[in-house]
Amino acid sequence: MPNMQNDPLVIAGTEYQSRLLTGTGKYKDLEETRAATEAAGAEIVTIAIRRSNIGQNPDEPNLLEVLPPDRYTILPNTAGCFTAEDAVRTCKLARELLDGHNLVKLEVLGDEKTLYPDVTATLEAAETLIKDGFQVMVYTSDDPIIAKRLEEMGCVAVMPLAAPIGSGLGIQNRYNIIEIVENANVPILVDAGVGTASDAAIAMEMGCDGVLMNTAIAAAKDPVLMASAMKKAIEAGREAYRAGRMPRKRYASASSPLEGTFF
Amino acid sequence: MEIIVNGESRQVTEGYTAARLVEELGLSGRRIAMEVNREIVPRSDYERHVFDDGDRVELVHAIGGG
Repeated sequence: MPNMQNDPLVIAGTEYQSRLLTGTGKYKDLEETRAATEAAGAEIVTIAIRRSNIGQNPDEPNLLEVLPPDRYTILPNTAGCFTAEDAVRTCKLARELLDGHNLVKLEVLGDEKTLYPDVTATLEAAETLIKDGFQVMVYTSDDPIIAKRLEEMGCVAVMPLAAPIGSGLGIQNRYNIIEIVENANVPILVDAGVGTASDAAIAMEMGCDGVLMNTAIAAAKDPVLMASAMKKAIEAGREAYRAGRMPRKRYASASSPLEGTFF
Repeated sequence: MEIIVNGESRQVTEGYTAARLVEELGLSGRRIAMEVNREIVPRSDYERHVFDDGDRVELVHAIGGG
């Protein structure tokens, strides 16, 4: 068999076997989070940083007990940040929380209706974070020029949206994603907007290095089964990309030989 | 004196430390991070970090998110 196993995703010098990165939000409970994460085969999982609930069940199980940092690469996000300053604060708190771990997912959002990235604030935050020694995986729009600029600034991965966060619409602008992938020297991961397995497979077939998703799994009727479907879709899409698809033709081309017919 | 912890006012005595706050909130040994007036206070400094009147303290932890 051709080399099917050794095809790692390399982010900031670390190799990962899984190209499916998952979020940990919107699940029914921590057990479902754990089971879906495991079914997805994810090695990198995003988390959010929020105020500790003071005086409320201090003994309730903690997300990082279910997804221990010695087993998973924890990727703190800056979800909910609408300014560069808040995003930078969040990353610094995350680094302290995770004992100096400096890989972060930067997102700075523009408005609550679209959750579309505020690109200028994202650039500003990325610059500050990189100077401060963070390894930044950056969520951004599907603009090829901005994606390149973020790469040149030193982001370790660029993560354009497929469609708005939580929309499940699938890749809305395939040609932009292809343009970004073709010009990139860092991993390009589609982040946000995937709805079902075929969306993930399409992203991978286009040459994306990975996909980060949350709602597509967590909001499925059976999240654990969808996590399993996504794992297969990512693997299938990646193999199809590496295999190189046949050219598209306008007319038919018989699969059975036309010679030797007896009729 | 008064400090603000996660947006809520808290009356504390002079010399009140970060370690004492964490303990009184039942958060000892939990994986948390602390920011005071927008600056990180490392866990290793909790014992010696003494609050001033009006300090704004944020205590955060990890939760599910995408």
